[in-house]
Amino acid sequence: MDRHAYSGIPAWVRVLAVLAAVVVVLPLLAMVLRVDWAQFIPLVTSGPSLTALGLSLRTSAASTVLCVVLGVPLALVLARDSFRLQGLLRSLVLLPLVLPPVVGGIALLYTFGRQGLLGQALEVLGLRIAFSTTAVVLAQTFVALPFLVVSLEGALRTSGSRYEAVAATLGARPGTVFRRVTLPLVLPGLASGAVLSFARSLGEFGATLTFAGSLQGVTRTLPLEIYLQRETDPAAAVALSLVLVAVAVAVVALAYRQPAKSRPWTAKRTTTPAPVRGEVP
Amino acid sequence: MDCQTDDDARTRSRGSPVTLSFQAAVAGRGFDVDLAVRPGETLAVMGPNGAGKSTLLASIAGLLRPDSGRAELNGRTLFDLDGANRTWLPPHHRGTALLAQEPLLFPHLSAVDNVSFGPRSGGVPKRDAKQQAMRWLADVEAEHLAGRRPAQLSGGQAQRVAVARALAADPALLLLDEPLAALDIHSAPLLRRLFKRVLAGRQAIIVTHDVLDALVLADRVVILENGKVAEEGPTRTVLERPRSSFAAGLAGLNFIPGTLDGAGVHTSRGMRIAGHHQEQAFPEAGFPEAGGPGVAVFPPSAVSVFLDDAHGSPRNSFAVTITDLEPHGDQIRVRAGGLAADITPSASADLGLAPGMTVHFVVKAAAVSVYGT
Repeated sequence: MDRHAYSGIPAWVRVLAVLAAVVVVLPLLAMVLRVDWAQFIPLVTSGPSLTALGLSLRTSAASTVLCVVLGVPLALVLARDSFRLQGLLRSLVLLPLVLPPVVGGIALLYTFGRQGLLGQALEVLGLRIAFSTTAVVLAQTFVALPFLVVSLEGALRTSGSRYEAVAATLGARPGTVFRRVTLPLVLPGLASGAVLSFARSLGEFGATLTFAGSLQGVTRTLPLEIYLQRETDPAAAVALSLVLVAVAVAVVALAYRQPAKSRPWTAKRTTTPAPVRGEVP
Repeated sequence: MDCQTDDDARTRSRGSPVTLSFQAAVAGRGFDVDLAVRPGETLAVMGPNGAGKSTLLASIAGLLRPDSGRAELNGRTLFDLDGANRTWLPPHHRGTALLAQEPLLFPHLSAVDNVSFGPRSGGVPKRDAKQQAMRWLADVEAEHLAGRRPAQLSGGQAQRVAVARALAADPALLLLDEPLAALDIHSAPLLRRLFKRVLAGRQAIIVTHDVLDALVLADRVVILENGKVAEEGPTRTVLERPRSSFAAGLAGLNFIPGTLDGAGVHTSRGMRIAGHHQEQAFPEAGFPEAGGPGVAVFPPSAVSVFLDDAHGSPRNSFAVTITDLEPHGDQIRVRAGGLAADITPSASADLGLAPGMTVHFVVKAAAVSVYGT
C-alpha cells in the first residue's frame, strides 16, 4: 500500500478504529500483566495441566481431521453443485457459528446421549458416546466444521470451475479432476480453513462441558481445566490461559500469513501479465 | 496426397462423410443450430457477440446440456436428447479438447506436467506421458519452457503450451474458442502459423472474430446470428459472395438485402439498386427467380461521394447522412446510412465532409453484384 496515497478516512473513524483495537488488545494485556512469571513453568507443567493440554491437542487434531474429511465434500457440493434447498442447507451448516455452544451441547446430548435420537441404537451396538473422549471430538467438530466449510467454499468460488472444465475436456474423470486440479488449486484456502477449525476446536468449552462433562484425562480439555482452576488457583488459570493465547496467536499467524513466494498463483490469477509501474518483471 | 484426395472424393460420394454431426437447441438462449464437420476439416464459426458460438462449443464439449438435439462424433453418440432412451456422454469421454481464449494452464503444474495431463488422465504411465509431453512441447517450439510454471510464461508462450496440452490429449475434435484473441500483436502471427500447421488434416472447430483466421486456418465457415446458422460454405465463397450482412461486414462489403428484379434489387424502402448478375462466376448457384430474396453487394472502393445528386445512367445514387469518417489504409472511409465509401483524403478535404452532412453515394451498376439468397 502506498503511504502517500489519499485514503479518504475521516478522523473520527480513525479514533473509533483505535478504540476497537483497544477493546480487543487491552484485556489480553491485562491478563499478561497478571502472569506470575516465577511460577509460570511449574504451573503449566503440573500433572493436571499437562493432561488437559495433551487431551486438548489430541481431540482438536482428531476433530480437524474429521472437519477436513467431511467439510471438503460439503464445501464442494455447496460451491459447485446446484440443487433444491441448497441455500437452506448452507444456512443450516453455518448455524453453529452463531449458536451458543451450550445449545449445541444440548442438541448433541439429545442426539447421541443415552435417551437421544441415535443413543439407543448406539447402546445396542455397545457404544456410549456421551461423556467420553469421542463426545469431546464430536462437540468440537460440531462447532468447528462451519469454519472450514466457509473458508473453503469461498476459495472454491474464487477459483471458479474453468480449470475443471478444461481438465474434463482433456479426458480427466471427475475423481482425477478433484485430486489433480480442484484440491491443489484451493489448498491455501483448505489450509487456512483447517487451521481455523483447529483453533476453534482448541477453544471449545460450552458444548464440550454440556455433552462430554469434565472428567480429568477423559473429557477435561484445557479450557475446562482453566475454568476449574479459576475457582481454586487463579494463578494457574492465568498461566494456562496464556498458553492458549500463544497457541491462538500462532494459529492466526499461520492462517493469515502472506502467500509464500513459491506459490505465485495464489496472488496472481490472470494469465496475461499486467505490467506494473516500478515493478521489475 | 493423391490418395487422400481420392479418399475424400469417395467419402463425399458415399453421402455420409461427416466426422461430427451436431444438432441442438437451447430454448432459453434462442439457440438452434445444425452443422457438420467433415474428416480432416477445420470449420470456422463466426458471428456477432451473443450469437451462440460459445453455447455451440460448450454443447459439443459436454459442458452444457442442450434441451434437445443429438450429436455424433466419429460414429459415437455424444448426446441424444430426442429419442426415448436419452444418452449423454460426460465431457471426459468425448475426446473434444477445448482451447479457450485464455490458456488456462493449471497454475500449480509446470508446463510439461500441464501437457502430460491429458495422456496421464488417459492412463498413460507417468514416464511415457512425460516423454509424449516433451515431444508435443517440441512441436510447438516450447521445449525450453518445460520446467516453468504458468505464472512465469508470457501470454504467447502460455498459449503455445496450451496448444501442446490440447493436442497431447489426442482429441477426435479440437475446439478452439478465439484462441488468438487475448494475444498481443507480436504473438498472434506466430500462433496463427502454429495453428496453420497443427490444424492441417485435423478435425477442428475454431470460433473467431478475425476474418484472417477464417481465411488462413479454416476450410469452411459457418456464420451464426441470433443462435441460428445464417449462412455457411467454403470460406472464400462466403467472403466473396456473402448472403448475410455479418459475412458482408467481415468481407468489408456493402450489403443491401431486398427482392430480386431482373438485374437489380428492390429494397423494402422502395428503392431499386441496379447491378449485374454474378451467376456466371458461380454457375452452381443457378439463376435466381425474380421476386425472390436477393442482395446487392458492392465494395466501398466502388462508391463515389457527391455533394449533389449526380444523375447519370447506369448509376445508383443514395442520399445518405454521414455518421463517421475514419482512416482506412491510405483512404478515408465514409460511413453513412449503413453503407461505406472509400475516398482519398484530398477528395474528402475538397468536399469538406463532416459527420451529419447529407451527401450522395453513387455507384456504377457494373460494380454492384446481385444474386439470390
